[in-house]
Amino acid sequence: MKENVKISVQDLDFYYGTTKALKQVNLDIPENQVMALIGPSGCGKTTFLRCLNRMNDIVEGARAEGKILLDGMDIYALEVDVVQVRRRVGMVFQKSNPFPKSLFDNVAYGLRISGDYPRSEIAGRVERSLKDAALWNEVADRLNDSAMELSGGQQQRLCIARALAVEPEVLLMDEPASALDPIATQKIEELIQELKQKYTIVIVTHNMQQAARVSDRTAFFYLGELIEVDQTDKIFTKPGKKRTEDYVTGRFG
Amino acid sequence: MKRKWSEKIGFFSLFLSGVLVLFILGVILYDIFSKGSGAISWEFLSESPRQGMTEGGIFPAILGTFLVSLITVVFAVPFGMFSAIYLHEYARPGRLTRLIRLAIRNLSGVPSIVYGLFGVVLFVQMMRFGTSILSAGLTLGLLTLPWTITACEEALKTVPKSYREGALALGATKWYTIRTNVLPYAIPGMMTGMILGLARAAGETAPILFTGAAFFLPNLPKSLFDQFMALPYHLYIMATQHHAIEKVRPLAYGTALVLLGMVLLLNISAILIRYRYRQRMKGQS
Repeated sequence: MKENVKISVQDLDFYYGTTKALKQVNLDIPENQVMALIGPSGCGKTTFLRCLNRMNDIVEGARAEGKILLDGMDIYALEVDVVQVRRRVGMVFQKSNPFPKSLFDNVAYGLRISGDYPRSEIAGRVERSLKDAALWNEVADRLNDSAMELSGGQQQRLCIARALAVEPEVLLMDEPASALDPIATQKIEELIQELKQKYTIVIVTHNMQQAARVSDRTAFFYLGELIEVDQTDKIFTKPGKKRTEDYVTGRFG
Repeated sequence: MKRKWSEKIGFFSLFLSGVLVLFILGVILYDIFSKGSGAISWEFLSESPRQGMTEGGIFPAILGTFLVSLITVVFAVPFGMFSAIYLHEYARPGRLTRLIRLAIRNLSGVPSIVYGLFGVVLFVQMMRFGTSILSAGLTLGLLTLPWTITACEEALKTVPKSYREGALALGATKWYTIRTNVLPYAIPGMMTGMILGLARAAGETAPILFTGAAFFLPNLPKSLFDQFMALPYHLYIMATQHHAIEKVRPLAYGTALVLLGMVLLLNISAILIRYRYRQRMKGQS
């Protein structure tokens, strides 16, 4: 089985002002797999994730150099519309951020943006996204309630549903379960396994067991550099580099 | 032991300051209410002054203040909101933005009589609006603008970053994000600030003194280009300029009471809006 490369990162440097946060990162992200990004705090894994949908554009003084090819198209090229990039590359944040609107309006938010989706289709898409995010059964009878009334785990699955509604090709997840209890975390992890049938997933996590459980490949970042990337079981059993081994065995972090 | 005493003294001075402020407010309110309430009647609120302003009501002044406030709102609300949106959402942080902000803060400290003179030059003379409701309303609009902009910016600041990021990540443009996922949550806060600014403007005398307020007019204004009577100016005349000051004193107090009532009404509506807003935003971080 030949792996199709969905995103190819080439010689990526990233700066916050004069601080260099990412140094010469080269990484291929295969389609329909889960790629986990691990590393100690401040290693640049979240910065890297936010480069993939150009969310770093809104950070004052931030600047990326190098190429990020999405299906061969450089998303940082001048003629590329950042809005289109973000439609294709969805994102779920570390802290669930439902909008203070109804459940329905939350999921429909992205659908209503461009007018690409006819009014008549919105209800159906909202339902499908909620089903895909494994939330439908819990909320089907209260779609008009405020999203703020959901539990933490439900809120995060709502944010996943909201991201899925606009049919992205890639889903970025920034420590999606870090604020959740073990049961809610398990639900999210099961969901990730389901979602990779349809989507390419990149997930940042602090939790190495989680990386081992959910991902096909794991990339280890340290001090802004990509130290090593490989099949997840290989990273956790016989890593190629000393520093990776030290980190995954808990000698530092 | 020593520590305990100094804490007690500190606490007592804080308590005293609070009581003092309330006491002064109480005395002022009591004075105005006790001397003014006798003058209040339906006739006082609905009729024009008669007999050299020694009899009759203050309706023209109420109407004038209302109309001028309306112009102030129509001018200051959009300008204040748009300036705040620009400053907070679009302007790049840098020397120029800092300078603009500094200028706005400083403008709020400029004495109101200076706004009055500026209004004369700009609206009355240069723009040829004459001494009129329009000139006075616009002058008061300028006066409230620094407050309005600052209040609107503060309101925008309270909208969490995660709302913006969430919308942008779904492929919304910046303007769409602001329109649908920032402004709806900032507007109640903006309104509170703007109402408080308006309440302050409605009580100002100096800016309308040269720009359109009249001592006495036999007829109600027919257009925005007419002169008008206003509560604060009417009060000023009744209290200091009238030929029979002692005789009209009750009317002056009545006028003060009406003006106070209007300002209080505006402030209460600001509090209500803020309260409802807090209820709606409850349970969010």
